[in-house]
Amino acid sequence: MNFRQIADAVLSASKAEQTEVLALEQDESLTRFANNCVHQNVTERNVQITVRAVIGTKIGIAVSNDTRPESLRHLASRACDVAKLQPDNPEFKGLPEPQSVTPVAAYDHAVAECTPEHRAKTVGIICRKAATAGCSAAGSMTTSSLSIGVANSKGVSAEHRSTLADASTVIMGTNSSGWAQNTGWQLPAIDAEAIANEALAKLRLGIDPVDFEPGEYAVILDPYATADLLEMLAFDGMGALSVQEGRSWMNGRLGQRIMADSVSIIDDGLNTSGVPWPFDFEGVPKKVVPIVSSGVALTPVYDSFTAGRESDKHSTGHATPPSPQGRFGPAPMNLFLRPGTTSIEAMIKSTKLGLYITRFWYTRTVHPRDAVVTGMTRDGTFVIRNGEIAHPAKSLRFTQSYVDALKYTEAIGTSPRLLRSGFGGATSVPAVKLARFRFTSATK
Amino acid sequence: MKDLTDHALNIAQIEGARYADIRILDRREQVVSVKNGHVDGIGDQDSQGFGIRVLVGNSWGFAASAYLHRAEIERVAATAVKVARASALVPGEKIDLGPAVSSTGKYTTPIQIDPFSIPLEEKLDLLFRADAIMRRNAGVKVAEGNVLAIRNHKFFANSEGAYLEQVICETGGAIAATAVNDTEVQVRSHPNSFRYQGTGGWEYVTSADFVGNAERVAEEAVKLIFADVCPTGDTTLILGSSQLALQIHESCGHPTELDRVYGTEAAFAGRSFLTTDKRNHFKYGSGIVNLTADSVRATGLGTFAWDDEGIPASSTPLVKDGEFVGYLMSRETAAKLGLRSNGCMRADGWNRIPLIRMTNVSLEPGTWELEDLIADTDDGIYMETNRSWSIDDMRLNFQFGTEVGYEIKRGKRGRLLKNCTYAGITPEFWNSCDAITNDKYWTLWGTPNCGKGEPMQTMGTGHGASPARFRKIKVGVFQ
Repeated sequence: MNFRQIADAVLSASKAEQTEVLALEQDESLTRFANNCVHQNVTERNVQITVRAVIGTKIGIAVSNDTRPESLRHLASRACDVAKLQPDNPEFKGLPEPQSVTPVAAYDHAVAECTPEHRAKTVGIICRKAATAGCSAAGSMTTSSLSIGVANSKGVSAEHRSTLADASTVIMGTNSSGWAQNTGWQLPAIDAEAIANEALAKLRLGIDPVDFEPGEYAVILDPYATADLLEMLAFDGMGALSVQEGRSWMNGRLGQRIMADSVSIIDDGLNTSGVPWPFDFEGVPKKVVPIVSSGVALTPVYDSFTAGRESDKHSTGHATPPSPQGRFGPAPMNLFLRPGTTSIEAMIKSTKLGLYITRFWYTRTVHPRDAVVTGMTRDGTFVIRNGEIAHPAKSLRFTQSYVDALKYTEAIGTSPRLLRSGFGGATSVPAVKLARFRFTSATK
Repeated sequence: MKDLTDHALNIAQIEGARYADIRILDRREQVVSVKNGHVDGIGDQDSQGFGIRVLVGNSWGFAASAYLHRAEIERVAATAVKVARASALVPGEKIDLGPAVSSTGKYTTPIQIDPFSIPLEEKLDLLFRADAIMRRNAGVKVAEGNVLAIRNHKFFANSEGAYLEQVICETGGAIAATAVNDTEVQVRSHPNSFRYQGTGGWEYVTSADFVGNAERVAEEAVKLIFADVCPTGDTTLILGSSQLALQIHESCGHPTELDRVYGTEAAFAGRSFLTTDKRNHFKYGSGIVNLTADSVRATGLGTFAWDDEGIPASSTPLVKDGEFVGYLMSRETAAKLGLRSNGCMRADGWNRIPLIRMTNVSLEPGTWELEDLIADTDDGIYMETNRSWSIDDMRLNFQFGTEVGYEIKRGKRGRLLKNCTYAGITPEFWNSCDAITNDKYWTLWGTPNCGKGEPMQTMGTGHGASPARFRKIKVGVFQ
């Protein structure tokens, strides 16, 4: 059953005043390796149909992966029954009106048709290079294709299909490790040789790490670590719902210069250098949203519900999938940190005492209003003294406001890297140098 | 259903599998969420499908599909074998699954009241009443509550003769009040921070008494805004039961997962400091620390009759009198140690392979009365209800934050403290444990959001604990 048939079956069966159907059909395969061998290899085909039925200002939601015609009719009926039970919610202004959607290329047949043999051969390159070096590689390669369709009874009708390829590895030696990752919607984005070489170089640089006293230091973050800054800031408050509920780092900071002039963060779902999506999970076209511009916090992103709560706002096309579990709220899926002009080598050269960090791990919010986050460094932490990498250090724990960290941005790298993020999107980030970053303990 | 499972296993073996299993799953989930007097989310989700796992030579393959019919089963079984043959292009060690598993039987979670039999109107009424009480407090910016019910009906069969049917029922929910001012956000929740969930019926929710606790929750959230900040330094720490449950999860449950020890989670969930040479030769905690993994205790999120490899539920020690003695295991990893699996393989859906997951990993109760423990503490902090959590990839360096803390001075509970955090190194922390309260205070909590594996799987795990005391712990680290 194709999306049009699914949508017609649901919309024609629904007795609600307004009805929306969202279909996500996915084929995903993943080859996972550890100890230089493939230990897990999986493939999945699934579809998820979400129906929102609206009666007055009440919304009922029903979700299923059963696409038989009688099941789709029942799904529409279930959503309607659930809507009837509720009191009115005057904050809900109705489903979105139809808008013109500009198609954007994001589908690569080579990814969609990638075989398990191709994935095994690709990860085999990483495993063999690690084994030759006397090391142990672990990681995964994913190839997936996704078809998204949204239609509602007001005339919204949008379809898009995309692919995603992602590969990552951690290569481990006796007492050090290195990490590398590639993401893209086209298969050539995955370069196994380059991934292995990058991880091995970090591993070699990190041999025999020593204890390093926690404290406040300048840091140079590889794009993997920079991506965490953007993703945690997105999670902690780039969506309008968190601002409206007073739990965002943007509260009290909108319109203010809160980060360095060099920091501009944009959500751009149409940029083909990312993993583009032309519309959101309500079928609203994605707008390019400058969230932070030259250090000034400008705006969160909106969906139709949060926009309807404010008199002068419209959806920016950032709805997340509706869920019976409650509103997650709008979220950016395609974040870009504007690149700068400084290479990582130049950042190191300009640092008297600091740390060069590959990536962050297990980061969690400690204080949402200031975006204070704790987490660990991992797979390569290096002490910089007098403009040179002096020696590797054991992993450190930090507890740091990410907003304050970007306030002290000294330099931004020239080469952004695309990395997979939540809801099927990706984040494009270069390296950054931050003048102050607070480390609160070290591991053993 | 048996004709379908037999057909799948036959096809897999004809295609070349030396071992095969199939899980057919029908999952239904119903959630009701209320926020500030409005319905925030309400509805049903269901998902059906099947997954076939095969071992060809010494390589695994897995394929899954939402479309359950004979032709699709044939396609998926053949695909699983094809995937396994591809795995063999990057081969590993010889795989031994240990003794054959041929369990048969049927199990249903014992429940008093089917949560799906409760009308949605009744669920909404419960949440709206609690919501209204919380919003009576003018300092509350966001009041919210939710209840959920999950029913997993699954069939498991393998090529060694196992055929099992299980119906696992989970129920849960929580309420929370959020207070904000110009600079900060404080949340107080009940009974736990989005983690009150167990196997059981509607009685599991009603026993939590959302309405009776709503006023207290609101008051505490607002008081936290004006409370003093947790001081910084080394002190005596008493952890409440629910916070201790998450401490157990992160610093005991995860490092005893044997797949981590063997490196197969190295790139994602991480590894473990509890290497195999440490089993029976490592002082994990003080002599009063006893940790058990079991899948038989009633109401645990890790409670079932058989795991997803058909191994019967059991209870096994992980730490005995402070000594590290055991792992959470699968058939394959147990065989590497010359042991038998203790039944910890679980998949979060039909479209995922089983992985080693915690069952109910619990700290056994001690002998202290809570009042005596506080009276015996000259200077310290009591912390309760998790707010943030983070631990390194070897499961050694951790830092937790709690919703609430109370100063303890000269044996008495004193002023309220906010933004409480504590940090430590796992074995140092557990070796500093000098008192555990008795079974009167012991609660089996649920952690429904444990993430592991690629593609990511979210699993429910159980953790029982009673409040316990730890000495010389670093607190207030983020001030």
